[in-house]
Amino acid sequence: MFKHYFEQVHNVAIWPIISLSIFFVFFLGLMIYVWKIKKSYVDQMGEMPLKDDSPEIRTHSINLNNH
Amino acid sequence: MELQQFKYDNKITKYFIIATVIFGLVGMLVGLLIATQLVFPEMNMGLQYTSFGRLRPLHTNAIIFAFVGNAMFAGVYYSMQRLLKTRMFSDMLSWIHFWGWQLIILAAAITLPLGLTSSKEYAELEWPIDIAITLIWIVFGINMIGTILKRRERHMYVAIWFYIATFVTVAVLHVVNSFAIPVDFFKSYSWYAGVQDALVQWWYGHNAVAFFLTTPFLGLMYYYLPKAANRPVYSYKLSIIHFWSLIFIYIWAGPHHLLYTSLPDWAQSLGVVFSVMLIAPSWGGMLNGLLTLRGAWDRVREDPVLKFMVVAVTAYGMSTLEGPLLSIKSINAIAHFTDWIIAHVHIGGLGWNGFMIFGMLYWLIPKMWGTKLHSTKLANVHFWLGTLGIIVYALPLYAAGVTQSLMWKDFDAEGFLEYPNFLQTVTQIIPMYMMRAIGGLLYLSGAIIMTYNLIKTASSGYFIANEDAEAPALEKKKIVGGHWHSAWERKPVFFTVLVLVAILIGGIVEMVPTFLIDSNIKTIETVQPYTPLELHGRDLYIKEGCVSCHTQMVRPFRSETERYRGEYSKAGEFVYDHPFLWGSKRTGPDLHRIGGRYNDAWHYSHMYDPQITSKGSIMPPYPWLFTQSIDPEKTAGKIRALRKVGVPYPEGYEDTANEELKAQAQKIVASLKADGIEASEGAEIIALIAYLQRLGTDIKVETAQK
Ligand code: HEC
Repeated sequence: MFKHYFEQVHNVAIWPIISLSIFFVFFLGLMIYVWKIKKSYVDQMGEMPLKDDSPEIRTHSINLNNH
Repeated sequence: MELQQFKYDNKITKYFIIATVIFGLVGMLVGLLIATQLVFPEMNMGLQYTSFGRLRPLHTNAIIFAFVGNAMFAGVYYSMQRLLKTRMFSDMLSWIHFWGWQLIILAAAITLPLGLTSSKEYAELEWPIDIAITLIWIVFGINMIGTILKRRERHMYVAIWFYIATFVTVAVLHVVNSFAIPVDFFKSYSWYAGVQDALVQWWYGHNAVAFFLTTPFLGLMYYYLPKAANRPVYSYKLSIIHFWSLIFIYIWAGPHHLLYTSLPDWAQSLGVVFSVMLIAPSWGGMLNGLLTLRGAWDRVREDPVLKFMVVAVTAYGMSTLEGPLLSIKSINAIAHFTDWIIAHVHIGGLGWNGFMIFGMLYWLIPKMWGTKLHSTKLANVHFWLGTLGIIVYALPLYAAGVTQSLMWKDFDAEGFLEYPNFLQTVTQIIPMYMMRAIGGLLYLSGAIIMTYNLIKTASSGYFIANEDAEAPALEKKKIVGGHWHSAWERKPVFFTVLVLVAILIGGIVEMVPTFLIDSNIKTIETVQPYTPLELHGRDLYIKEGCVSCHTQMVRPFRSETERYRGEYSKAGEFVYDHPFLWGSKRTGPDLHRIGGRYNDAWHYSHMYDPQITSKGSIMPPYPWLFTQSIDPEKTAGKIRALRKVGVPYPEGYEDTANEELKAQAQKIVASLKADGIEASEGAEIIALIAYLQRLGTDIKVETAQK
């Protein structure tokens, strides 16, 4: 069976284990970071898409609302 | 702080939007055509340029790269300028990007119906076009990174991260997967062979879905959904987790397209584990999107933009739950190669991408033309037609997939296949194919109504080509400290490199072992390179897109080794297959063990008109193969190219190859003659028959020798 050919490669089983470990460490770091992040920063970032209208468009939509 | 005045470029967005709508309609129309071909083979119109195998890649490429691609660029160019408070880096690059991309689409629209294809799914375009794609993609990247560098906003909003990840990853995927050796200007052979080609292709294919259809659209979701709902995203923290875990995990999941194939077991298992893990970030993202609307659900009822986006995000959630489930081996054993997969991708394509695009367009056009949507009512009609279209499209295909799969696997009491004739399992599901086409028609009608509505909207307003904006300049002063992520995210180039590292880890760990063992794949001694005539035949198989209906991968199930009367497919059998032709869908039976199953005359009649041998078949007829001839001038070039990528043709073989070709053709002509058929030696059909008769037979030689 084809599996057999790959067993000739040294310790192929180590690869998935390495992968999962890398991911685990990465994810742990990510969680710690997100947990420690400042609230003010998060709020400011979340607001970003809402604060980018140019004056022209803003007046325009205000006009529309008044109609 | 002094305010700087500048202008946003809306014109580039406008052009990308126009391209989106046009190519969207075209792509859907081609989809509808090939859907009807599966019910009425006459719809192949007896023309080679419109036959299923050639149009199917046209449909997928048009939808992915022309419809979704242009929409992505429209959305990115609009949102990026505003999130970074600057005009795009260079107008010239923007326009090179726009026109370059449209030329590529044009080139695809011409070459694919001509049968110029690499046959690798979603990467079918031939090498000169591949190079053009690379260059234009780099233009897009420079323009994007340049814009980020000249921004007036210190921090990069999460949408921008998704755009960066898209640029970086697609570049890597495209370049690695497109490696090929040219034969001439219109033809090349994949650099990789067999198992390796399959692994690279599905690492690409899966991540094309991830990084062309998903990450840019998540970026768009994180921008346009808050905009349309007028409230910030539910949890910005969640969006950070969503981003990093998604790009990190996605890249590993490719092998789930190759379960039960000749791919090594450990690589399959890795693909399964990471695919299942993908549920978490995907659902995190979906919930983040939906919860953004908490407290605004009354607006969802009134606002077509929000309606479309809610269904889009829900469809994202559905397909990202379904995807991991399909990666579980026992489910995959049933679903793979069936219409279940087609239903799955269309939940993503029609629901997630399509509806996100529609929502975005209904929002953008009134904005950019300074007016109101022409008709909310028509938009609602579109919404319901679209939603109904998705349901009528997908449900019958789920039913078709399961029905057919169970029929393939059904054994009777004596242990024989209940439906030994593959065609029986096809005719069973034709009514469901019919429903699917109706679903597609509904969806397309909705899109046509949208086009009308958008044109009316635009003509009732005045286009703001250059929109005034102002923002304080970004202080040059160095900010030291701050949290490390916010520090990274102030340094776009460094951030880009991090993304690159994250996606490379997965790709490398997944692929390196398979490449290292290259020399260790136990070559099955009896497996030999294709003869010159068979090579020509194989290239015809590629040209006609037979791979879109036929697999060449007998999986290790009794139901398959019985049906296809031979051993399951072994890795060593594909070592000379540049490219691999395993396929991903069995609309017709597997062909890996077709060699020697029928005589030449059977193939001759069947290819001329499948109805002759297989009444009720939905395979298209191929009459042109009988009038067109192969070009022996090309033989030497093919052999030289293949030798360069490692096929052991002896030195100088190309000089005598055509004699061998002729001898083999004469043999087939003689065998046809014995069955009362007059055929000409040079006809394409002779080469195709030679290839079909060779398929999967080398291993039988070995068995015979034992
Ligand atoms: C639209 C999908 C479709 C395309 C494209 C297609 N086929 Fe088929 N093919 C089928 C179906 C369905 C069957 C089963 C019914 C029949 O025998 O015609 C079939 C059967 C076959 C068979 C007989 C297999 C068997 O085990 O009985 C061969 C050989 C074959 N096709 C070769 C080709 C070749 C070569 C091409 C490309 C030139 C091609 N097909 C393109 C759908 C397709």
